[in-house]
Amino acid sequence: MMKLAGVAGIFLVGFFGAVAYADPAEDTLILNEDIKMVTKTAAPAHLSDVMDEVYSGWLFRGTETRAMQADDFDNPGMLFVEQAEGVWNTVEGSEDKSCASCHGASEEMAGVKAVYPKWNETAGEVRTIEMQVNDCRENQMGAEKWGYTSGNMVNMTALLASVSRGMPVNVAIDGPAQSVWEDGKELYYTRTGQLEMSCANCHEDNYGSMIRADHLSQGQINAFPVYRLKNTKLNAVHSRFKGCVRDTRAETYSAGSPEFIALELYVSSRGNGLSVEGPSVRN
Amino acid sequence: MELTRRSVLQLGAGILVVASVPLKAFAAGEDLIESFTGGADIAEGGVTLTAPEIAENGNTVPIEVDAPGASEILVMAMGNPTPNVATFKFGALSASHSASTRIRLAGTQEVVAIAKMQDGSFARASATVKVTIGGCGG
Amino acid sequence: MADGVKPRVKVPKTAAAGDTITIKTLISHKMESGQRKDGDGNVIPRSIINRFTCDFNGQNVIDITLEAAISTNPYFEFQAIVPEAGEFKFTWYDDDGSVYEETKEISVS
Repeated sequence: MMKLAGVAGIFLVGFFGAVAYADPAEDTLILNEDIKMVTKTAAPAHLSDVMDEVYSGWLFRGTETRAMQADDFDNPGMLFVEQAEGVWNTVEGSEDKSCASCHGASEEMAGVKAVYPKWNETAGEVRTIEMQVNDCRENQMGAEKWGYTSGNMVNMTALLASVSRGMPVNVAIDGPAQSVWEDGKELYYTRTGQLEMSCANCHEDNYGSMIRADHLSQGQINAFPVYRLKNTKLNAVHSRFKGCVRDTRAETYSAGSPEFIALELYVSSRGNGLSVEGPSVRN
Repeated sequence: MELTRRSVLQLGAGILVVASVPLKAFAAGEDLIESFTGGADIAEGGVTLTAPEIAENGNTVPIEVDAPGASEILVMAMGNPTPNVATFKFGALSASHSASTRIRLAGTQEVVAIAKMQDGSFARASATVKVTIGGCGG
Repeated sequence: MADGVKPRVKVPKTAAAGDTITIKTLISHKMESGQRKDGDGNVIPRSIINRFTCDFNGQNVIDITLEAAISTNPYFEFQAIVPEAGEFKFTWYDDDGSVYEETKEISVS
């Protein structure tokens, strides 16, 4: 056991040690020369013991990547938003309805993404926006559910995020959602995998440091879904969670699992006050 | 700099890379320049190549070429398996004879732009772009 | 025709005669490089947009030859002179023989 811990220790030094500290960029994100985005703000009250300020991952990216997100034409993620706009207006399922039949134009959904995940009183559960989309598809449209991280689903969440851009993330953590939030918090601080690392080891203890050649962010999820230059497509929050947990060399939870729903609520709440940014551009 | 085992290994790997990998592609790049210029002399200056010093991901690297008075600009990534990237031909209604795009770089390497001027002369510019590996799983 | 290919262009709606304007273009396309292998180790054949042109009232603005090193969803930004009111025509040529076109009107004030 001692030996293992030692190895993990060396590994961590290798990851974070001795390399230049990489501050978040001093930069302001103004979307389409119009909407001023909050990429840096006072940490929400529940984080006051661990950090003063919260930063969007945008501030940890290079100049060119940051610029790509500042204009909708330059942001490749908007291609997928356009596709989702088509789906939004397409009638599907046994009830002959589209999303627009009930909700009107997609812009009518402004503000919705900002408060998800959210307690659903009727169902008696915390729901992510993906769960709500599938609930609509199954029970309102009479259509097939989408896979949790399928192309259609991640595109739709990008559309819903895009119409809320500039609004502050504001997920509720009290009341009936509190116990799920507590579950998510516990997961955030629990070390997993052969490397015995928790979310906090990277994103709370070491944000701003270099992890190999990359800037380690606070792991905020206000900007999801994310268009990654690496795989040139939109990536869902739960896919990112899977990647992180996998990198600790642990068996991961699956997308849409109760564990990741709880974690999403908790991590979202760490970014309360940052602007909704999705679809964002990251490396 | 203190020489640790790791840094020695990195140094060794660096020399190996410089010595071997790009040579073949570099030769292909030189051939491409030769066929573009017909072996004519190439001046430095007269064409500007803007590229990031460090690219966060080699998949999507923004670049810009600008050559007032050019009829064509050839862009090459000398270390790619196929060095040819694009050729920009400017028409009668082109204003600045400049263009921006996003390119793929297989690794840290030299990007080269050769401009063919309207008077038949050639100009060259180059930039080294470091392509970083990501933090988690590349 | 490859799936999901959709051209987009950004051109100002008006300009003064003789003005220089900035044009941005983007087309959704995988730009399969021919360098990648599938799960079975077979090379995925190259399938890219190999040429892009922009013309205004029949006169050329730019003519670009693309190779496999152009990123997914090819993006171009360049500048054009607008001598009079008219129409920009944008054309993308796919390896598979497909041709994608888009036009934009511009008025002169």
